[in-house]
Amino acid sequence: MLLRHTPLKIQDRKALSVNPAKTCQPIGAMYAALGIHGCLPHSHGSQGCCAYHRSTLTRHYKEPIMSGTSSFTEGASVFGGQANLLQAINNIFTIYEPDLIAVHTTCLSETIGDDVLQITRKARDDGKIPEGKHVIHASTPSYVGSHVTGFANMTKAMVNYFAESTGKKKNQINLIPGYVEPPDMEEIRRLAELMNLSTVMFPDTSGVLNGPQTGRYRMFPPGGVTIPELISTGDSMGTIAMGEYASGDAARVLDTKCKVPCKILDLPIGLQATDRYIDALRKQAGTEVPAQINFERGQLLDIITDMQAWFYGKKVALAGDPDQMIALSEFLVAIDMWPVYVVTGTPGKIFEKRINEITKNSPYPVKVKAGGDLFLLHQWIKNESVDLLIANTYGKYMARDSDIPFIRYGFPILDRIGHSYFPSVGYRGGMRLLEKILDAILDRKDRDSPEESFELVM
Amino acid sequence: MENLKILKERKDQIYQKGSESFEMSCEKNSLAGSISQRACVFCGSRVVLYPIADALHLIHGPIGCAAYTWDIRGALSSGPQLHRFSFSTDLSESDIIFGGEKKLYAALDELIDIHKPKAAFVYATCIIGIIGDDIDAVCRKVSQEKGIPVIAVHSEGFKGTKKDGYAAACNALALLVGQGEISKIGPLSLNIMGEFNIAGEAWSIKEYYQKMGLEVVSIFTGDGRIHDIKKSHGASLNVVQCSGSMLTLANHMEEKYGIPYIRVSYFGIEDMSKALYDVADFFNEDPSVMNRAKEIVKQEINAIYPQLKKYKKALEGRRAAIYVGGAFKAFSMIKALRSIGMSVVLAGSQTGKQEDYECLRDMCDDGTIIVDDANPLELSKYCLEKKVDLFVGGVKERPMAYKLGIGFCDHNHERKISLAGYDGMLNFAREVYSSVKSPVWDLMP
Repeated sequence: MLLRHTPLKIQDRKALSVNPAKTCQPIGAMYAALGIHGCLPHSHGSQGCCAYHRSTLTRHYKEPIMSGTSSFTEGASVFGGQANLLQAINNIFTIYEPDLIAVHTTCLSETIGDDVLQITRKARDDGKIPEGKHVIHASTPSYVGSHVTGFANMTKAMVNYFAESTGKKKNQINLIPGYVEPPDMEEIRRLAELMNLSTVMFPDTSGVLNGPQTGRYRMFPPGGVTIPELISTGDSMGTIAMGEYASGDAARVLDTKCKVPCKILDLPIGLQATDRYIDALRKQAGTEVPAQINFERGQLLDIITDMQAWFYGKKVALAGDPDQMIALSEFLVAIDMWPVYVVTGTPGKIFEKRINEITKNSPYPVKVKAGGDLFLLHQWIKNESVDLLIANTYGKYMARDSDIPFIRYGFPILDRIGHSYFPSVGYRGGMRLLEKILDAILDRKDRDSPEESFELVM
Repeated sequence: MENLKILKERKDQIYQKGSESFEMSCEKNSLAGSISQRACVFCGSRVVLYPIADALHLIHGPIGCAAYTWDIRGALSSGPQLHRFSFSTDLSESDIIFGGEKKLYAALDELIDIHKPKAAFVYATCIIGIIGDDIDAVCRKVSQEKGIPVIAVHSEGFKGTKKDGYAAACNALALLVGQGEISKIGPLSLNIMGEFNIAGEAWSIKEYYQKMGLEVVSIFTGDGRIHDIKKSHGASLNVVQCSGSMLTLANHMEEKYGIPYIRVSYFGIEDMSKALYDVADFFNEDPSVMNRAKEIVKQEINAIYPQLKKYKKALEGRRAAIYVGGAFKAFSMIKALRSIGMSVVLAGSQTGKQEDYECLRDMCDDGTIIVDDANPLELSKYCLEKKVDLFVGGVKERPMAYKLGIGFCDHNHERKISLAGYDGMLNFAREVYSSVKSPVWDLMP
């Protein structure tokens, strides 16, 4: 009944967003920055932004999230935030001793026109940045794009600030994993290492936001890409970037800046997208695909074969980030399920085109919307229901209201664990997704079966 | 961690009782770069008004402010759930350049037609203060057209601290108070203020008052309704909890309508009982109110005492750290923890006042660390130094406490069980016990 306020009638809304399927740039920038070892993210804006991002990331990862803030006051908003940022840089290096500070802007500091690059130069000139330490920045106005854009901008900043070409190539490749979870990054690297490739992955939040309980609190956990590694990306043989929205810009800038050729792929979610990733790795490595990877692929294919009857013809509603939605839709089509409603909050033209291509043979009409929201998705569902909903935790309202099986996937997940530890990319990640899909569908069948057809073997 | 340096500018915001002269430097802006646990003005307004369930809450700004505050606070409603929706004007670049007033107008027009709320609150975020939208004018216009109160909440994030946000929310509420019909309200009546019905807490408090024979006219703002707020000036007394958030409104109602207020806390047996007695005392012209209050206190304490004693025995001598939003809550917490055998060795708040800290100092034992606007590393440092067994705080403190191997109790908006009143005290004791005595601590490396 929670969503009884959602009306059936769908009106064209231009002026507002209801129950968003996105959030703002700075939190994505903060998440990306946490993927650099020894980095303290810094929010150049009001205190609230930083508190909200830290709280949201804390709820999602159940880990302490540290970030500085320029703590804007009324004065700073009139005279500019330079004094605040200089003081913050000084304080942070004095007390927390990070290797670097990654500053991102906010709607406030962008609108008043603070020039963060100039301010950080001044900090350097004034001796506020100790020898060997760094301050980088990304411009992340909250009124442009979404959290995914912020992630992409901070990832691009890593290239802008650090990547250097010495003229001597190193026998390594760059992996830009996209806005995925720590275990996804781990899995992306593991697959590359199985191909005997030496890699630099950035950002890399594995080991930072899914670390073990050690009984000790470390402000800067062991994980994350290091600064020397980031510098060396300019000498790599090539770059494999995953997800056009989250990783495309960084890959292209690296190509332009240091002449490191790049291949931009979909996120390796599901069989075919992982195949393309493995193929790209194979070309880089110039070797055969090892037996282990073929084995995992075979296992994934085996589950699809065994359980095909349960997948067939199921209609799915999806909401999430664009790179994920594109790859996931392809996977669903491959296993004979049908994405019928696909929504991302992130604006961008390619999205709708890609989803329409992927679903072009669908027996059902497919509704797709970039820059949409969960209110719209719920209206679609209320008008014609689906067999499965895949969305972040906020999807649970719709699932309850319309009584549909639900899988939590995306950001944020505030009421379950798992996303911090188990990947959804690669063949193994595909197996995990299938397990979740089948659990949801079969649990529902068990729940709804009358006694006489409540079956033991399924 | 124990050897952590304290920033020199922060030194006069941290005291150890007994060892030094005490003059807390508080109520000042956070030090840039210090990793404050504080939030912003908008956050203050949002949490105070949020529980009003039949109002439309429209956040005017880019999407983030709406996204991060979407249904994260478990303020329960017994009826409409409209407050749990997230409405945002979702401003984009062109709106920043050309202004967002048209968009705001269109959004209000559309939303009020669809959802038919009893009132609408429009929250100004940082950016509105910079681009200069005249949201008051838009609100006035829509209010006239739609015939419901449409109220601008001036909560631009950078214009102070969370406390200024509370004040902005109170100013918004003050526009509603006085608009309703009060002829049917009797003299034995009160408003519950500063109670947000997290985990249904306002419901138990309301029940106590009703059992005492008192009429609860309005709750600010737990399970709140516009209709009740409008007639709240008909009550004889305002009973104010969480004084930081509602004092502005209580003062306003005293000045304008001559309604006196008393400050109470519903946390812990001692303060909960005192609240009922103080309220009964106010209505002493009718002695039956006090008699019933005494009866409630007796019954309720008898009901929980045996179990509470069991927890006390298990927790005797354990040490706690508390870090809360407003300092007032800390006073009750110290007493409540004492009542289950625990001592407080670290006490802090995000936004305490000078007199709050003096009161805190008087309550605390020698050696207790008292801190204003602490950062997480300071909190960690003193937790380790003081060998803390339990941390009472909010969302950002929980994983830090766990990482240090310390038990945790959420006394902020993520609590899922009522911690107010007598049952709440038992719940609190159970939660503290389960975390402090959890077998997981024996598994730590």
